[in-house]
Amino acid sequence: MRFTLNIWRQQGPNEQGRFVTYEARDVSPGMSFLEMLDSVNQGLIASGEEPVAFEQDCREGICGSCSLVINGIPHGPDRGITTCQLYMRRFSDRAVITIEPWRARAFPIIKDLVVDRRALDRIMQAGGYVSVNTGGAVDGNVLLIGKDRAETAMDAASCIGCGACVAACKNASAMLFVAAKVSHLALLPQGKPERTRRVSVMLEAMDQEGFGSCGNQSECEAVCPKNISVRFIAMLNREYLRAGVVESGLPAEPESPHAEST
Amino acid sequence: MISLDPKIPPGPLETKWDRRRFSEKLVSPNNKRKITVIVVGAGLAGASAASTLGQLGYHVECFCFHDSPRRAHSIAAQGGINAAKNYQDDGDSVGRLFYDTIKGGDFRSREANVYRLAQVSTQIIDQCVALGIPFAREYGGQLANRSFGGVQVSRTFYCRGQTGQQLLLGAYSALCWQNERGQVTMHPRTELLDLVVVDGQARGIVARDLVTGRVSVHTAHAVVLATGGYSNVYYLSTNASGSNVTATYRAWKQGAAFANPCFTQIHPTAIPPGDAHQAKLTLMSESLRNDGRLWVPTMPMDHRCPGDIPAAERDYFLERRYPRFGNLAPRDIASRAVKAVCDEGRGVGPGGHGVYLDFGDVIDRQGFEVVRERYGNLFDMYQRITGEDAYHAPMRIYPAPHYTMGGLWVDYNLMSTIPGLFVIGEANFADHGANRLGASSLMQGLADGYFILPYTIGHYLATANLPVVGEDHQESRAAIQRVTTRVSRLLNVRGSRSAASFHRNVGELLWNHCGMSRNEEGLKAALTKIPVLREAFWREVMVPGSGETFNQELEYAGRVADYLEFAELLCHDALHRAESCGAHFREEHQTDDGEPQRNDVRFAHVAAWEYREGLSPLVHKEPLTFEFVQPTTRNYQ
Repeated sequence: MRFTLNIWRQQGPNEQGRFVTYEARDVSPGMSFLEMLDSVNQGLIASGEEPVAFEQDCREGICGSCSLVINGIPHGPDRGITTCQLYMRRFSDRAVITIEPWRARAFPIIKDLVVDRRALDRIMQAGGYVSVNTGGAVDGNVLLIGKDRAETAMDAASCIGCGACVAACKNASAMLFVAAKVSHLALLPQGKPERTRRVSVMLEAMDQEGFGSCGNQSECEAVCPKNISVRFIAMLNREYLRAGVVESGLPAEPESPHAEST
Repeated sequence: MISLDPKIPPGPLETKWDRRRFSEKLVSPNNKRKITVIVVGAGLAGASAASTLGQLGYHVECFCFHDSPRRAHSIAAQGGINAAKNYQDDGDSVGRLFYDTIKGGDFRSREANVYRLAQVSTQIIDQCVALGIPFAREYGGQLANRSFGGVQVSRTFYCRGQTGQQLLLGAYSALCWQNERGQVTMHPRTELLDLVVVDGQARGIVARDLVTGRVSVHTAHAVVLATGGYSNVYYLSTNASGSNVTATYRAWKQGAAFANPCFTQIHPTAIPPGDAHQAKLTLMSESLRNDGRLWVPTMPMDHRCPGDIPAAERDYFLERRYPRFGNLAPRDIASRAVKAVCDEGRGVGPGGHGVYLDFGDVIDRQGFEVVRERYGNLFDMYQRITGEDAYHAPMRIYPAPHYTMGGLWVDYNLMSTIPGLFVIGEANFADHGANRLGASSLMQGLADGYFILPYTIGHYLATANLPVVGEDHQESRAAIQRVTTRVSRLLNVRGSRSAASFHRNVGELLWNHCGMSRNEEGLKAALTKIPVLREAFWREVMVPGSGETFNQELEYAGRVADYLEFAELLCHDALHRAESCGAHFREEHQTDDGEPQRNDVRFAHVAAWEYREGLSPLVHKEPLTFEFVQPTTRNYQ
């Protein structure tokens, strides 16, 4: 197979970027999208040119490094996968493929297709944790967690922090990312004591980083490689509302870890 | 001259760790504030260590080459984490986890270390639950378990097929808390390129900022390496492409002994290599062997579709050779058995590099839905990569380099032969002997990071004499000079071949001569070919761009240059160890039916290698004594 690639090239964060056209030849259908790019880069290196910079690491869809907008869609045309899990058999021979970086104000471009996603780490640092010291934890079975609840928490916790949700959103909102973390911890008894503060500070951090707000159009869910549902955004909104009530001083539900809340 | 004192506390096995913790000196809270510790690597071991040290009050500088600590390759561990909780009441205990791990490692690890690992395993689960890790639960709300290879109890805790991800995100969230508290400063996209050793003590690192290209010195009172394993020396492995040997290899060149580098684990169940452009091998979790049955046709060169081969003409070779453990034989044994049937010409798929992993029986017995619930994500992954549907035809699998038991030598306190340089997780050699059992790497990484290093490093910091070392110290300047010289040398070759082409060559060489089975002749051949390849690299490599910018090819070329040196050390060790044990199989040392022959008289030791400039590396031996278990022939039949 062969393809014509229009790839975004940009030397640095403050340089002007542009599309450059490359030909990918001798591509086999069993090659992954990133292996196809590897082979284009090998050709560039052989001729002494700088290869196209792009992020990748585990190449099995879990590390969240790879981050390409392919023909306008983050992680490409298939649902529920990352770029590294996309194979060339998905494209027709001689297709023209446009490859761009994640585009969002909060994700400045470092070079070519590589962006700086540290804003997501800063949101996590604001409150995406349970404040628990190492040592002295009680036995893991002391607090029972029903299977359904644990499974729902796991659905949310599956987020790989790739940022595709941001790239897909016309407001460049990180709501799905924040929702996944807030919901995961709010669903579990261990996360309950800090749930009020957590949702407030994480949303505040999201705003400060320059992410937009939710437009309720669910593009994020459509491109999420882990199929994280926008239902968690509803849960986030509920947590936020609840936090507002608690912080306003009105009587709220007890913060007991056994308290049931759905 | 390197001294290998393991510093194991004397006395009963069960109380060694308690007594060591009591006898260790502590650093007072006021003094902790004045102490800086560098942690390199932010995977399970690094993130858990950095967050715990920060919580204790030390000032921590944590480095990783990824854009975020959450991307470390611990994240890809699928199956689970072991702990001797005995929640299933199936006869598990600390003693049994200890024995399984020592035996699984073919009696090439230290009793005291392994026992401590089994002891702290239960705390790890509690800690992880407290951090909010959504482990799989039973309907009644209790933690669920599954079985793994090489053991007969059910002690593996899991989060679907993403256990490593959840444990890493837990450690990362603990790290985030310490970032917020100002105790840990993160340095993402920063790669260690050398170690600063002053008066024999590790006092800092030289790191390159991967975005700006700036090379700088960072000094501290102690340095912790948590930089993972070196399976990528084989080019094709299940590791992430960024995983590399550079940190541990550079530390070796500064005087840290490298122990048992030839103990490299080849995982039996990966998707077979296909295309020549392939960049990695994808692991299929060991948990598949709970229900999947491995087989090949009885007749060589049988090209019929698997469904057309009747049961009588199938060889379920693991069940035949190891009836007691069957398809759950340990990884080293299963991998070799796969290789053996493929060498007989009975392999299936392109090039005969594959065997079937068949779920037909379990689907017939329990139905599609049960299999889909247990393994759905793995079947999906298989289909995406191969385009084949494993619900209707058996998977094809083949072994792949996966984990390295070898690593920098450490004593019981996890300190290397350089005082002040601690090594944790896969980067050290300590706990898995010659073979690691499934679901033990997550256990070891977190044991080291959460529960062992934070104690032992305190004793060093409380007792060592550590004068101030600045960035302008002569050793700091010398280390910077070494790094900048090397970076400019890489950029100035301006040849015509990519670093990847050399990486592929050295990987093939090692796979052929120092892979699943090894022999003297092959290893000697590799030892003559590697230097030739290395010289070619320094003559012909092409690294475009400059050192003052974001330059991924420069990063990669530096790592490949280290593989080209490290490969030689690996072969030296494999040649030295003239016995078969665990994952290290020397063809000269096998029984008539192809089982490995260990030699406890000559090789019941850790081989720790010392770097000597311009000379071949020198081996030192730490004898392994077994006071509490009797080394036996490892029998899974």
